[in-house]
Amino acid sequence: MSAAVEITAIEKRYGDTVSLRSASLSVRPGEFMTLVGPSGCGKSTLLRIIAGLAPQTSGEIAIGGEPVDHLPPKARDVAMVFQSYALYPHMTVAENIATPLRMRELPRGARLPLIGRLWPGVGERRARIREAVGRAAAMVEIDGLLARRPATLSGGQRQRVALARAIVRHPRVFLMDEPLSNLDARLRVAMRGEITALHRKLGATFIYVTHDQVEAMTMSSRVAVMMDGGIVQCASPAELYADPRDLRVARFIGSPEINVLPIDALVAANVGFAPLAAEWKGAAHAAFRPEALSLVADAPGLAVACRVERVEGLGHETLVFLRTEAGGHPLTARLPVGAFALFSGDSALAHLTPDDVLLFDGAGQRLDRRHVTPTGGYAHG
Amino acid sequence: MADIVLTEAPAAARPRRLGAVLPVRVAYAMAAPAVALMVLTVLAPLAVMLAMSFTGYRFGEDAVPFVGLDNYLQLLNDRTFRRALFNTFAYVAMVVPGSVILGLLLAVLIDGLNHGSRVYRLVFFLPVTATVVAMAMVWKYLLHGTIGPFNLLLVALGLPAIDVFGDRSLALAGLAVINIWSLAGFNMVLFSAGLTAVPQDLYDAAAIDGMDDKLDRFFSVTLPLLGPTMMFVLVTSTITAFKVFDTVAVITRGGPRGASDVLLYTTYLEGFSYFRMGSAAAMTTVFLAIMLVFAWVQARVLDRRVHY
Amino acid sequence: MSALRSPYRFRPGQLLAHLVLLFLAFLFLFPFYVLLVTSVRTPQELFTPDFHWLPVEFTGLRYYIQSVTHSPVLTFMKNGVVVCAGILIVQLLTAIPCAYALAKYEFRGRDLLFATVLFCLTVPIQAPALPLYLGLNAMGALDSYFAMMAPFFLSVFAIFLFRQTFKSYPDEIIQAARLDGMSESAILWTIVVPASLPAIAAFAVFSVTAHWNDLYWPLIVVRSNELMTPPLGLAYFTDVESGENYGALMATAAILTAPLMLGFLMAQRHFIRGITTMGLK
Repeated sequence: MSAAVEITAIEKRYGDTVSLRSASLSVRPGEFMTLVGPSGCGKSTLLRIIAGLAPQTSGEIAIGGEPVDHLPPKARDVAMVFQSYALYPHMTVAENIATPLRMRELPRGARLPLIGRLWPGVGERRARIREAVGRAAAMVEIDGLLARRPATLSGGQRQRVALARAIVRHPRVFLMDEPLSNLDARLRVAMRGEITALHRKLGATFIYVTHDQVEAMTMSSRVAVMMDGGIVQCASPAELYADPRDLRVARFIGSPEINVLPIDALVAANVGFAPLAAEWKGAAHAAFRPEALSLVADAPGLAVACRVERVEGLGHETLVFLRTEAGGHPLTARLPVGAFALFSGDSALAHLTPDDVLLFDGAGQRLDRRHVTPTGGYAHG
Repeated sequence: MADIVLTEAPAAARPRRLGAVLPVRVAYAMAAPAVALMVLTVLAPLAVMLAMSFTGYRFGEDAVPFVGLDNYLQLLNDRTFRRALFNTFAYVAMVVPGSVILGLLLAVLIDGLNHGSRVYRLVFFLPVTATVVAMAMVWKYLLHGTIGPFNLLLVALGLPAIDVFGDRSLALAGLAVINIWSLAGFNMVLFSAGLTAVPQDLYDAAAIDGMDDKLDRFFSVTLPLLGPTMMFVLVTSTITAFKVFDTVAVITRGGPRGASDVLLYTTYLEGFSYFRMGSAAAMTTVFLAIMLVFAWVQARVLDRRVHY
Repeated sequence: MSALRSPYRFRPGQLLAHLVLLFLAFLFLFPFYVLLVTSVRTPQELFTPDFHWLPVEFTGLRYYIQSVTHSPVLTFMKNGVVVCAGILIVQLLTAIPCAYALAKYEFRGRDLLFATVLFCLTVPIQAPALPLYLGLNAMGALDSYFAMMAPFFLSVFAIFLFRQTFKSYPDEIIQAARLDGMSESAILWTIVVPASLPAIAAFAVFSVTAHWNDLYWPLIVVRSNELMTPPLGLAYFTDVESGENYGALMATAAILTAPLMLGFLMAQRHFIRGITTMGLK
């Protein structure tokens, strides 16, 4: 019922503009894989290439171990849910859901409008289709709406019809192109849960495209972050957060955004960082999550002198927006409620644990600290 | 507290809020010329026309005898009028399917092209802008019984020559061909607009659902989504065809022997050639009634269009 | 549609579509070709039993010159211009304020006025033709420019079209102009109308095309040759000169059709938009 999707070195060019450059990705059977990235990163294009809706310039797609590049969408056994839902406005909900089955199971004559109903010998198949439609509709709880037309449905209901149309023929792979972005915020949270539940129930492979990192982090088995037409990192949500391999990924994942300081600025702020900076050979940027900062009254160790710009109390936590005294770099700290009474204009010392620092080189590539020469080697010089 | 006092005060005591009141006089002044023209050129003439249809008035005579429904009753038995009415409907029955199907075919074919769609649109729209009278003369020569290129082609193929506009059974069809030629491009543009309104996502969904066959896609997605446009094109084409006059007046003059006599041409002759104003007014009333029925259908169609 | 355009299926379909379209384009253009080619060949050629794509004896501009010098074709054109311009100017001057009043003011009778406009929209010129003729006759105004233009001075279609355009014009700008002290008609003519030029241009194309090509009404009210419009003049010319001199006839037809055709070829988009605004209402 579920299949692996192997994406190998996919490239897509429109004339001179490159929208995908050598994108490779292995999606395991039954996995919920999310493609996430800013708009224009090529994630929707990649999804359309997997579906067969657009041809790639080069590279290969294999589903269930078989190359599918020569196959039209129909033969790839994939289902897709569109951002606009793409429901047929002239058909009832039941007819919408039935369409993928009718196209596969009924002969052409029986599919004709009006006269098709008189086609002999397909009554049993029609009954089977009706049953399947009923089951799919029940699964997403729209069995009461089968006779309605899409125009009379709410956004959330249309979304469910689109899901039912995808479910109804049990495809090996589900493709979803920003399916929640047309819903209001509350409904989006609810549907997030329903889609993950659906994934567990069906056990099929899901490939889900979104620009919303919260959706990516909360729903997926693994997340592939795409930037500028390439896949920058593919990992579990926890790993992406804790161990980003690229500065762009580090910045994209997590809200509020990760703090990034040039190593020089860190040293300029506190000379105490100088020995560490010497140890972090080749590193250009130090990045640390807002929760890695704590605000302290006096400076027991590695702290950066800051001025408080703004304090946002969120109820369960407090975000403090700071600017370093030296250089004026922005920093964000995430603190437990009541940890500190602060007002804008106050001075503060931001304390940083070196172990929480992620290092990136000048090109934005992550430096693994294990590969840096252990302490001592150069410190003496 | 202050609010309560204000609402309890008598309305007249309130200061006039000049800012919120627009001078209505301005609006009336702006509408007045158009309203005057509307009364003078449409409403009053219509009323006069309706009244005249109950009289035996003839242009140039002083007497305006009231004849009640006589004019209408006579129309029922008037062979010329009945023939004209029949011919008009026959003409509509040829022009509408021809121009609508051809227009749809052109729109769909051109919409699917990777290159050259602009040039094709230009070519097929050309007849819409051409002066009907001038092109009617060209068509008259084109289909001429002896020297027309169409007949030269028939003869070259070893077929007998046909005098389209001289043949009682073909004259009306010949006129219909001209109208199809001049109307198809117009319908094509309307259909093209309808086609661009079909969301691309729907075709993608159709491809995923298994409609990779062009015919399936056409009948399951394109045609149903063009439904509202289609109804609209049908009605406008019907109205256009129903008003046929120029080609009849220039090419056949209703002939041969009344075979291409149509409603407007008969009415025109009755009123402006024979000057039987009362009877012509009755014919015009019938014509207007039919037009209003079409307009009513069109209004219903426009209402339906909102649902998609 | 994009699956249609993917490499493994697009070529045969495209080729077939082009073949069908080329054939239809040939049929559609053939009358225009005949018009042009007949205007540059001798009448004798027409009466020979075989068909030549190009004139055996090329007469050049002979029939065109003949048409311009020996027939009132230039008068027809001038009449066409005068009538179309006169109609258009009055239509714009009356329809624009009325449409603006309907779009932007609240006043008693507004809904009734708009309903009347909608009703008039369905009334073709042929319906009030008889009384209009009698009225013009009573005024002694038949066979004049005024008679040719008067029935069309009011365009309910223009009111309908402009009302929609004006309705979508932002109220905030109008209110800002009021605060700046502009009069209501200054707001209309100097602020709103310039912003609505595309719709006005579209209507102008529609109006000019319709009245340049109209045969029905001139046929009824015009008697004298000096007042004939292009279609009427052409129809009359056909009768008088008869079928014998096809070359001159076609040359005249070409000259009278040319202005609109050239306008269309130069501003296709505006033309298509203008003429189909009628359909898109």
